[in-house]
Amino acid sequence: MNLKKFFSVIFILLLNNNVANSVTYNSNPKIFVEELIQDAVKTLSDNSISQEEKNLTIEKIALENVDIQALGLYTLGNIRKEVDQNTLEMYQKSFQKYFLKSLTSRLTDYSSQKFEVVDSIQKSSNYTIVNSKIAESVKSPEIKIDWRVYTKNPDKPLIRDLIVEGLSLARTQKEEFASILQTNNNDINALIQKLEKFIEN
Amino acid sequence: MVFKNLKIFIILLILTTFGTSSVLAETEKECFEKISRGIFKFNQGFDNLILEPIAKGYNKLPEPIKNGTGNFTSNIATLLSIPNHLLQGELNLAGHATGSFLINSTVGILGLGNPAGALGLKNQKEDLGQTLGTYGVGGGCYFVLPILGPTTLRDSVGMVVDNNYLDTFARITWHEKEIKNLSGSKIDYVGVKAATAVDFRGDNMTNFESLEKNSIDIYAATKSLYLQNRSKKIKNSTDSNEDDWGDLDK
Repeated sequence: MNLKKFFSVIFILLLNNNVANSVTYNSNPKIFVEELIQDAVKTLSDNSISQEEKNLTIEKIALENVDIQALGLYTLGNIRKEVDQNTLEMYQKSFQKYFLKSLTSRLTDYSSQKFEVVDSIQKSSNYTIVNSKIAESVKSPEIKIDWRVYTKNPDKPLIRDLIVEGLSLARTQKEEFASILQTNNNDINALIQKLEKFIEN
Repeated sequence: MVFKNLKIFIILLILTTFGTSSVLAETEKECFEKISRGIFKFNQGFDNLILEPIAKGYNKLPEPIKNGTGNFTSNIATLLSIPNHLLQGELNLAGHATGSFLINSTVGILGLGNPAGALGLKNQKEDLGQTLGTYGVGGGCYFVLPILGPTTLRDSVGMVVDNNYLDTFARITWHEKEIKNLSGSKIDYVGVKAATAVDFRGDNMTNFESLEKNSIDIYAATKSLYLQNRSKKIKNSTDSNEDDWGDLDK
């Protein structure tokens, strides 16, 4: 093995190691959200990396710390009980891509603003609500954001919803999907097509 | 006048009798969805052509001017909140709102400043739609009005009653009734409502852009946000429904 090949192998190993490494956040929901916000804001405001790299990092954080699977089922509503496994898997794949794209877009919109975690309230053994706020700026007044953290596994909290000024994003998405399903005779394929169209644009 | 009052009373009676439902039911039925979607598109066009450009210009104004505008319109809205607090039996909040209006209108120079806020007086906005909601009256059905935007049967009836009877500012300006030597015109009313809309649009520039960019059915998303917001205001709480996730928690 010549030196060039050796360094190439080392480079690939390092790269793979970097991608495979997952950041472990604190299991306390309040600290978990705090660390997660810090990481996301740090990534999005880092001028030394490209937008594509930023998106990839945010997507990686989301894949590990948001309960995308449950969110996909929740937003699908009761129809999830009627569709076959294959279609459901197709939907989940499209939903995941759709969710990651819309999440990075939303986070980029708000990344210039200052987040602060204020408090947390344990609602049940399954849920803790973490209260945070975006400080008032020239652009907008103070915005309260609550994070619904799923704590069934206390060692691995997962985010299930963002509640902005009392308005649930998961619920809004669920009602958006319900409207599309309703206008298409509850055909899940029509919803999948809409999601794919959003991903492509 | 008696007949007019009777008409309003009958509408309210029908609403309270047949419209009673859980205030948690946020998925209101549509009154006439196709027409509402058409009006929604028209409103989007109006926003793109008129409201958004004005709000963008407004956002470039110095902070004291923007704050003054926000305080001024908010202070005038207090006149509607006071009777609605009373109708809801919220005497404490009615006291806060009255104190806030008196202090801001005098010390705050016609409401341009908000010294009452610094004194800890709350100025929570209320209207008859919310009051009826606290009585257990459901939204009825959802539709979209030209320019005015999303509403429900309950909220639109509430808006008419507010305008005709409960809102002192509307009575002085829109209805041109002289109250305690105070008089105004329809232009004053439209001017203040337009300033309220521009201030709100300017404050929510990023939110509107983000919603437009990330929705696959913006009509349905707006409907959901409107109904959730009304429900939150009726309950005076930001708590979400814990049972909403159903069997996904098991």
